[in-house]
Amino acid sequence: MNGALATVLIAMLGGAIRVSTPFMFVALGECLTEKSGRINLGLEGTLVLGAMVGYAISYHTGSPWLGVLAAGCSGTVLGAIHGYVCKLPRVNDVAIGISMMLFGTGMAFFFGKPYIQPSAPRLSSIPLGDWTGNRELAQALQVNPLFFLGIAIAFLMWWGFRNTRWGLIVRMTGDSSASARAMGVSVDLVRFLATSCGGFLAGVGGAFLSLYYPGSWNQGLSSGQGLMAVALVIFARWHPLRCVLAALLFGAAGAIGPALQSVGITQGYYFFNAAPYILTLLILIGSSGSGRAARDVPGELSITR
Amino acid sequence: MTDTVQSSAPLAGARGPSDFAVRIRRSAEYIFIPLIALIGAAILFSLFLILVGKSPLDFFAYVWRGGFGTSFSFQNTLQRSAPLIFTALAVAIPARIGLVMIGGEGGLVIGGFAAAALAVPLVPILPPFPMLVVMALTAMLTGGIWIGICGFLRYARGVNETISSLLLTYIGIAIMNFFVEGVLRDASNPNKPSTKPIGEAYMVSKIPGTDVHWGFAVGILLAIFLYVLMSRTTFGFAARITGGNPRAALAQGLPVGKLIVACTMIAGACAGLAGFFEVAAIQGRANASLVAGYGFTGILVSFLARHNPLAIVPVAIMFGGIVASGGLVERRMGLPDATVLVLQGFIFVVLLVSETLYGRFKIFQVKPEADRT
Repeated sequence: MNGALATVLIAMLGGAIRVSTPFMFVALGECLTEKSGRINLGLEGTLVLGAMVGYAISYHTGSPWLGVLAAGCSGTVLGAIHGYVCKLPRVNDVAIGISMMLFGTGMAFFFGKPYIQPSAPRLSSIPLGDWTGNRELAQALQVNPLFFLGIAIAFLMWWGFRNTRWGLIVRMTGDSSASARAMGVSVDLVRFLATSCGGFLAGVGGAFLSLYYPGSWNQGLSSGQGLMAVALVIFARWHPLRCVLAALLFGAAGAIGPALQSVGITQGYYFFNAAPYILTLLILIGSSGSGRAARDVPGELSITR
Repeated sequence: MTDTVQSSAPLAGARGPSDFAVRIRRSAEYIFIPLIALIGAAILFSLFLILVGKSPLDFFAYVWRGGFGTSFSFQNTLQRSAPLIFTALAVAIPARIGLVMIGGEGGLVIGGFAAAALAVPLVPILPPFPMLVVMALTAMLTGGIWIGICGFLRYARGVNETISSLLLTYIGIAIMNFFVEGVLRDASNPNKPSTKPIGEAYMVSKIPGTDVHWGFAVGILLAIFLYVLMSRTTFGFAARITGGNPRAALAQGLPVGKLIVACTMIAGACAGLAGFFEVAAIQGRANASLVAGYGFTGILVSFLARHNPLAIVPVAIMFGGIVASGGLVERRMGLPDATVLVLQGFIFVVLLVSETLYGRFKIFQVKPEADRT
């Protein structure tokens, strides 16, 4: 039993590292967007479109990293549309997010059909666990470079928000558009750029799904990860480093089902598949009403009133 | 949420043109701008089709033929519009109180599943009609509780209802899969995990003289009922005040929490009814076919109808036709099955962008200042 428990824990560790990466990218993108005072619920669509574009470009060029870049660019386009449309008067950013979710998913499914069968070159990983001499642990510690890139971006954002002029401008726009305007900052431009960059990150997260883990393109690739990442930002209270920790937690929760299956526990597989959604909901319930969330929320954000 | 009663009454008194004329002008705006949006989306989608090398004229001709052209296809369209009416109402009622709910799919699945699960032990005991009533009530109650949770969490904890309702959709689908692949699985059906069929004799019948099941008629009646409830009763008035300004509603002493929970439960009951009719009139059992995207198309229908229960019926029929013609379009034109999804995406985005046009056309305004609602 001890051996089985170790297997499950190692599988959850490996799962946390693998599964968390897309959450991390989407959450960081959403964190940036929300810091500027706007919410983008459409990142689910961005994630799916990024996965499709990344896979297709990798297939045609033979270079998965080019795929990652293209996925980011597709995300930027969706983010830019969202950012542009939301600045028009009377347009509701939550509703636009829902429509962009539908639009991105539809586009991905439409153009992605020919890429379901063929196999594209994947991203390779860095073996960090070979020294342990433990096969399972070595497998769990096969880490994709994007994981480290995500952590690096989180640190960069954390540092940037605190110490740079740009960071201050984004935070000011998010907390009080009136003061931003008084300082001569174009609120619409800042939000447009923040939404576009956020879209880029979410697109990269999508490329990770199709080019590394699970590592293929199909229509069931993402089921709500993009939206869960939005919830995760609330849980992380708009702090980039806490976004990374929350993403790791979500990754571990998502790995419970497959991990239990690997030691032969198949009972309740569907229930464990639902674990990340239930966890997200519980976390939302726990973090939404708290005073700390109320203190950290960007003042202009419409999501938590 | 613009309020026609509030905005037109003082204007009419002050400026001369009769109340009726002001109303007509304003409603004309609510019809004209969504129409512009539809045409704009159709033009953009045509350009998209030209870019991928297909003929837009063929596309719209096939949609017409597959959805509306013949008596057979139109009846099929009406059949498909029934769940859309219900799921759109599930978006429209919370929208009136200021909530953006997108969990209709979850309410449909969990309601339909509950009805089918309850039917299994009840089939030997009850005759068809009472059993259908029991099933429908079960579906409404389950769906109502399911979506009601989101409303309650919104009020009690400030949990964002858009995210929580979509999360509950995924959880609902997982719960159905859990039971359908486990304890409730019908062993005699090895190909597709399903619950036991409720039986031919217990299915909801067709409206006499047509091929359309009664769910369509119930949907229209429900839309009328909810229209009256939301615009002609104190309950609806209180709900709309809350949607317009929650703080003012609280200051007035309105029971905001109860109103929110009531509206979300009504929404959930609508979604649950959609699930009930899918189970009892189409599938005959609960299985993965319930997850057909009706809940998501319903969101679009409700937005296009500007969350007006009466306008939902024609819009739902239009989208029922687009969905119904999807198969024909895909086969004849060699387009992927996501084409309908892309079209819906275009319509949705353009429609929301068109919101910015309200108040910009002088012809609909009594005086330029009148657009301050």
